[in-house]
Amino acid sequence: MKAGSNLEKVLEAGHFAVTGELGPPRGNNVEEVKHKASFLKGIVESVNITDNQTAVVRMSSVAACKILIDEGLEPNLQMVCRDRNRIALQSDLLGATALGCKNVLCLSGDHQRFGDHPEGKNVFDLDSMQLIAMMKKMRDEKVFLNDKELDGAPAIFIGAAANPFADPFSFRVTRLAKKIAAGVDFIQTQCIYNMAKFREYMKQAVDRGLHEKVYLLAGITPLKSVGMAKYMAKFVPGMDVPEELIKRLSGVDKKQQAAEGIKIAIEQIQEMKEIEGVAGVHVMAIEWEHRAKEIIEGAGLLPRPVVD
Amino acid sequence: MIIGDTKPLEEILEMIEGRERVLVLGCRGCVTVCNVGGEKEVGILATTLRIARKKAGRPGAVEERTLERQCDPEYIEELADVAGDYDAIVSIACGVGPQFLSERYPDVRVFPGINTTFIGGALEHGVWAERCQSCGNCLVHHFGGLCPIARCSKSLMNGPCGGSASGKCEISPDVDCVWHLIVEKMAKMGRAEELEKVWPTKNWLTSRDGGPRVRIREDLKQ
Ligand code: SF4
Ligand code: SF4
Repeated sequence: MKAGSNLEKVLEAGHFAVTGELGPPRGNNVEEVKHKASFLKGIVESVNITDNQTAVVRMSSVAACKILIDEGLEPNLQMVCRDRNRIALQSDLLGATALGCKNVLCLSGDHQRFGDHPEGKNVFDLDSMQLIAMMKKMRDEKVFLNDKELDGAPAIFIGAAANPFADPFSFRVTRLAKKIAAGVDFIQTQCIYNMAKFREYMKQAVDRGLHEKVYLLAGITPLKSVGMAKYMAKFVPGMDVPEELIKRLSGVDKKQQAAEGIKIAIEQIQEMKEIEGVAGVHVMAIEWEHRAKEIIEGAGLLPRPVVD
Repeated sequence: MIIGDTKPLEEILEMIEGRERVLVLGCRGCVTVCNVGGEKEVGILATTLRIARKKAGRPGAVEERTLERQCDPEYIEELADVAGDYDAIVSIACGVGPQFLSERYPDVRVFPGINTTFIGGALEHGVWAERCQSCGNCLVHHFGGLCPIARCSKSLMNGPCGGSASGKCEISPDVDCVWHLIVEKMAKMGRAEELEKVWPTKNWLTSRDGGPRVRIREDLKQ
């Protein structure tokens, strides 16, 4: 056991794991965090807390993680390289683990030109790969990046993201292999809609034996409407929403589209269970936390296993 | 070379507002090559300023001059006899020019007439692109001759990130994803395997992050 987190235990025991996601509020509204968390309690192993996602300023992910811990949930602390250099990243990791965080997700971070402060300066002192390696070093060697000894080393389960649909496709599995070489323990993928392409990606990963070296959780985001599907297909870089999915949603009445989106998500999860190398699903019901249970329950994944 | 861009005319007019004798000062270095601060541009800017001031009923003379370089004290010195005659010098060299002029002629008001934008080269006539961020420790040979520091929007050493789509960077469809180019180039060169290496954290001490840089060549110093 590296961190002894609930997520790590469930994966290690060989269960098909489920994680959720929660975006902190654009303000210091504690109740909002608690409210969203209440929908996820007991239905997922742990919950990703996003770090100023899409470069829009939100409550700090470390703080939101602490609120979750106090509410009896397990957080996955997301950390991006956009806003902090190696000094701040190490410091925040120490702070977060001191507060009880056990899972961390290392990300490069969306460029700030997308966000609500596009005039800002960015950092990118490290990239996500180097962040993984730094965390592993802190955990395993009990030293800082500069080799100086830590007074208390973080016990963490190290995660990272992978986008099977970004380009060039031929390099995507190589990049996954690099993250594993850097020391990642688990991977959560970007939202998957193109199942055929994802299968191809997984086949390449399995051929390289990567599924034996990392726990890979497939990303699922329910489509709320045909509008959302079209928006994602068009405007989110590196997102692959196949035409037939858009057609399927367009084929149902507007009022039924949300239900159809949930149905699609459930079907996807059921398919994921059968794909070699997929160790679980990461359900990102963004601003739709209250519908997450329907999806997870619908996929036959409740109750969640308890592992001691 | 160093690439620059003209400043809006209004901004320059505002700088020289109320200053009678103005010198527009060009440079025969990089800014001549990228058509922003050479003799020709000095002529254009000076003429434009004259017309605009005349139209606005503002008095004053706008003179023209171009130095061999503005990043060398030797050439800055050529103005020693005349600098004091001006109420303003508008330097259209890179950012070094106005600074060297201000240091040498502290009593003269010096204004930057262009915006210095990046280190790059010409892709075609009239198009320039950034190629180097002067990180102080060049690594391009490991990446197929393409710089991930200056050309990846996130300076990733282990790209491409998840936002790379159809060869373009996540920040804009107008920006190439350099990591896409790196992957393709290395594959074409039969060097794809080299990209399996996880690049460790970069030492930014040699870049601007280590503070302003000074280079001393003892063998050349007098
Ligand atoms: S690696 Fe550094 S020195 Fe070389 S081109 Fe890139 S920024 Fe310039
Ligand atoms: S899309 Fe390419 S160039 Fe843009 S940040 Fe990602 S890796 Fe860098």
